[in-house]
Amino acid sequence: MKLFKTSIGRRSFMKTSVMAGGGFMLSFSWLASCISDPEKVLEMPKEWFELNGYLKIGDNGVITIISPNPEIGQNVKTSMPMIVADELDADWESVIVEQGPLNTDIFTRQLAGGSQSIRQGWQSLRMAGATARRMLREAAAKAWQVSVDEVTTEAGKLLHKGSGKSASYGEMASAASKITVPAEVELKSIEEFKIIGTPRKNVDGLGIITGKPLFGLDYTREGMLIAMIVHPPAFGKKLKSVDDSNARSLPGIKDIFTFKTYNEDYPRQWSDTSSFTELVAVVGNSTWEVMNAKKALKLEWEAFEEHTIIEESDVEEGTPITIQGGLESSDKHAELIAKYVAEPGRIARKDGDPEAAFKQATKVIERQYYTPFHPHNTLEPLNFFAHVTSEKAELVGPIQTPEYMEKTVSARLGLPLEKIDIQMTRAGGGFGRKLYGHFLVEAAVISQKMNAPVKLIYTREDDMTTGVYSPAFHALYRAALDENNNLIGFHVKAGGIPDSPLYANRFPAGAVENYLAESWSINTNISTGAFRAPRSNFIASAEQSFLDEVAEAAGKDPIDFRLELFERAKTNPVGDRNDYDAKRYAGVLELVKEKAKWTDSKPGVHRGVAAYYCHNSYVAQIVDLEMQNGKPVIQKVHCAADCGIVVNPLAATNLIEGGTVDGIGHAMYSSGMTFSEGKPDHNNFNTYRLIRHSEAPKAIDVYFVENDIDPTGLGEPPFPPVMGALANALYKATNKRFYNQPYLG
Amino acid sequence: MVNLIAYFYHQTSDLATMAQFNLSINGKQRQVDVDPNTPLLWVLRDHLNLLGTKYGCGVAMCGACTVHLNGIAMRSCTLPVSAVGNQEVTTIEGLSEKGDHPIQKAWLEIDVPQCGYCQAGQIMSAAALLKANPNPSDEEIESAMNGNICRCATYTRIKKAIKKAATY
Ligand code: FES
Ligand code: FES
Repeated sequence: MKLFKTSIGRRSFMKTSVMAGGGFMLSFSWLASCISDPEKVLEMPKEWFELNGYLKIGDNGVITIISPNPEIGQNVKTSMPMIVADELDADWESVIVEQGPLNTDIFTRQLAGGSQSIRQGWQSLRMAGATARRMLREAAAKAWQVSVDEVTTEAGKLLHKGSGKSASYGEMASAASKITVPAEVELKSIEEFKIIGTPRKNVDGLGIITGKPLFGLDYTREGMLIAMIVHPPAFGKKLKSVDDSNARSLPGIKDIFTFKTYNEDYPRQWSDTSSFTELVAVVGNSTWEVMNAKKALKLEWEAFEEHTIIEESDVEEGTPITIQGGLESSDKHAELIAKYVAEPGRIARKDGDPEAAFKQATKVIERQYYTPFHPHNTLEPLNFFAHVTSEKAELVGPIQTPEYMEKTVSARLGLPLEKIDIQMTRAGGGFGRKLYGHFLVEAAVISQKMNAPVKLIYTREDDMTTGVYSPAFHALYRAALDENNNLIGFHVKAGGIPDSPLYANRFPAGAVENYLAESWSINTNISTGAFRAPRSNFIASAEQSFLDEVAEAAGKDPIDFRLELFERAKTNPVGDRNDYDAKRYAGVLELVKEKAKWTDSKPGVHRGVAAYYCHNSYVAQIVDLEMQNGKPVIQKVHCAADCGIVVNPLAATNLIEGGTVDGIGHAMYSSGMTFSEGKPDHNNFNTYRLIRHSEAPKAIDVYFVENDIDPTGLGEPPFPPVMGALANALYKATNKRFYNQPYLG
Repeated sequence: MVNLIAYFYHQTSDLATMAQFNLSINGKQRQVDVDPNTPLLWVLRDHLNLLGTKYGCGVAMCGACTVHLNGIAMRSCTLPVSAVGNQEVTTIEGLSEKGDHPIQKAWLEIDVPQCGYCQAGQIMSAAALLKANPNPSDEEIESAMNGNICRCATYTRIKKAIKKAATY
């Protein structure tokens, strides 16, 4: 057994009384119990003993485990405590999970993004459980006058075989809390896991299905006011004048005022992205009254000129960034894209002599792909609760980046960091949108002005038209085949508004002798940000569609064609900067091939395949599609994933299913956001399409590659490849290739 | 049809004078004093502290706000409180006493939710479906549930859970 220094998040292991929020959290969070039977009730202990920042044990053996990271639907609130509970050797049915508040002293990386919660939390969560277990064993050894090595544990119990003595964790909790935190601790070996790797239900399940107020939008406080904002109707515009004479006199309205989200000289962090920073606030007693007052406002807007904002950088005062003027339209964007595609891009990687390869080629295939901007459309619209006084700022709501937003709020309100208290509610979806916490700052500023507790609510229309979209992306691919149908040259030129989706060192880089990757980008004043598997989402769909076409031109099976390339990357890679493990990549493809019985064909069933690696996990999918009355019906999607150790197979499967359906939805149906004179063309679900029940696949099968690799996330990896697999299946069904999203636009 | 009626009411709203309404919600009589055009959704959430019914779009396109009106699924975001009358309103809080309606039990068993935000609406639509049609086919499930968006896309599990509930 290996000993590990308890150095990670060192302060987590000091016994503190900063189990912050305790009572306060319980006032709004439904007790997240791990009992799967709603009939059973856990009895609360009389006294709690804190063993470290992640857990406390009650005198009756009930254990509270703190889940540190924001829960946005990726199920970390169940999976992260499972890891602690396993190393603690707890009985899962005696565990209660509590959402931790932002506390950088105790927890590391309290961020929901990049599918990193489990991967980066793995070691500290295990350590937290193992340290507490060690302390319990030491306490028992002391009490029983035996060697600690002879004290074993099992499901919340301490045992000493020699003397036959035993005690529950509850009985030893008080003594254990007085033991010095060990400097080193043993972690379990993989075979010893009892909770990790087993299916465990969502700890908030009962709360969700009975309608408990778990979400930010549900948060209430005595004397709380409701606030909404009005932002410019178009990108490139700003506020000119406000006439609130009618709105002010409407019933229930407390105040209407304009405010700025950030101070002029404030260097904005990456998470402060926001196009509209001068806003009109409407504050009143109830949501409906505030909505009506919003409509009664008479506002004038004007186009803004090119100007600068300050962004955080290496220098303390930040770096000025230019925001261009002008009202942008989608047809103009299309013209610009065509221009950039025709010009040489910035070379990001070059192997061999691609030009010569294309000259020598017997066949050259060239294709172009496109996807529009996308709003995230979390079903819970943006919202936040704030109560700001001169003493402190209390903020409660759905946020993926509490650690970053604490700094922003502190700067904006002029309150020191220790006076900012951020509590995270369950988020009704994140997908990247709730990384950008301007709404939290807005709530704080409004509360400060009103000197009252305030809940800021975005309407769906506000949410969909306020920006921070996934960028519009384009990719041009070229492939060169020789007379034996070997891929001798590969060229990708990818760009976007405003970011390029290119990952120059990903597959097929490393598998092709002559390779060229170029990128370009176009400025915009439309704000953009990360959207579920940012950039990978589009580039995977384009690349995987293109490879399918190249395989066809080469007369090869699309899976065999890819496996050949992986073989090359494995045995004789080109270059040494290849961002993938060809063996694991091939592994998911082989697994899905076998499970889906790829080589069997069924009449009327059209199949497409794709595989992709991003956010540290590998996913391959096969889409089985039938045409019914001229419409594609997806009968089944077969998914194979390699995310290392699977912490919670039930939740992991759910995430893969969700990511798969979401990928199909966005690639095939979602309108995407287009613009006319800076104005978003959609503002609600009456025109903006999202995938619905009848369009979802009839079945999804999920398979995991079994290995001992430390776990990686699944919030993002299943989303990109399915778009390619779908395009390839659609081709088989219709004989038409699909290059532009949405495929059925 | 449901939405058309709601839409009609929506269009005829302009006066904002307060009025008193006696509502029958989850078997209890509740009284509110609000603008007659206030959608039932906001009466539930802001005035009666029944926060289980969710807001997702406000235009009857997402189903997050689904409640039962005399046992029939209805979007509460476009239903003015003045149109409720003495019809019996059931919200997610009133669907069962302990979260043990067959639909809720199946939801737990299949572990349906991801973020969970849409699920109250999904459950209310599904419960109304099963009441009207105890053994729905796949197509019937799809058409009854098509008005409920799940942004996390838990659709396959929802269908499984409805079929499971039908077997209880
Ligand atoms: S909120 Fe009522 S249908 Fe969307
Ligand atoms: S579970 Fe998130 S919207 Fe349905």
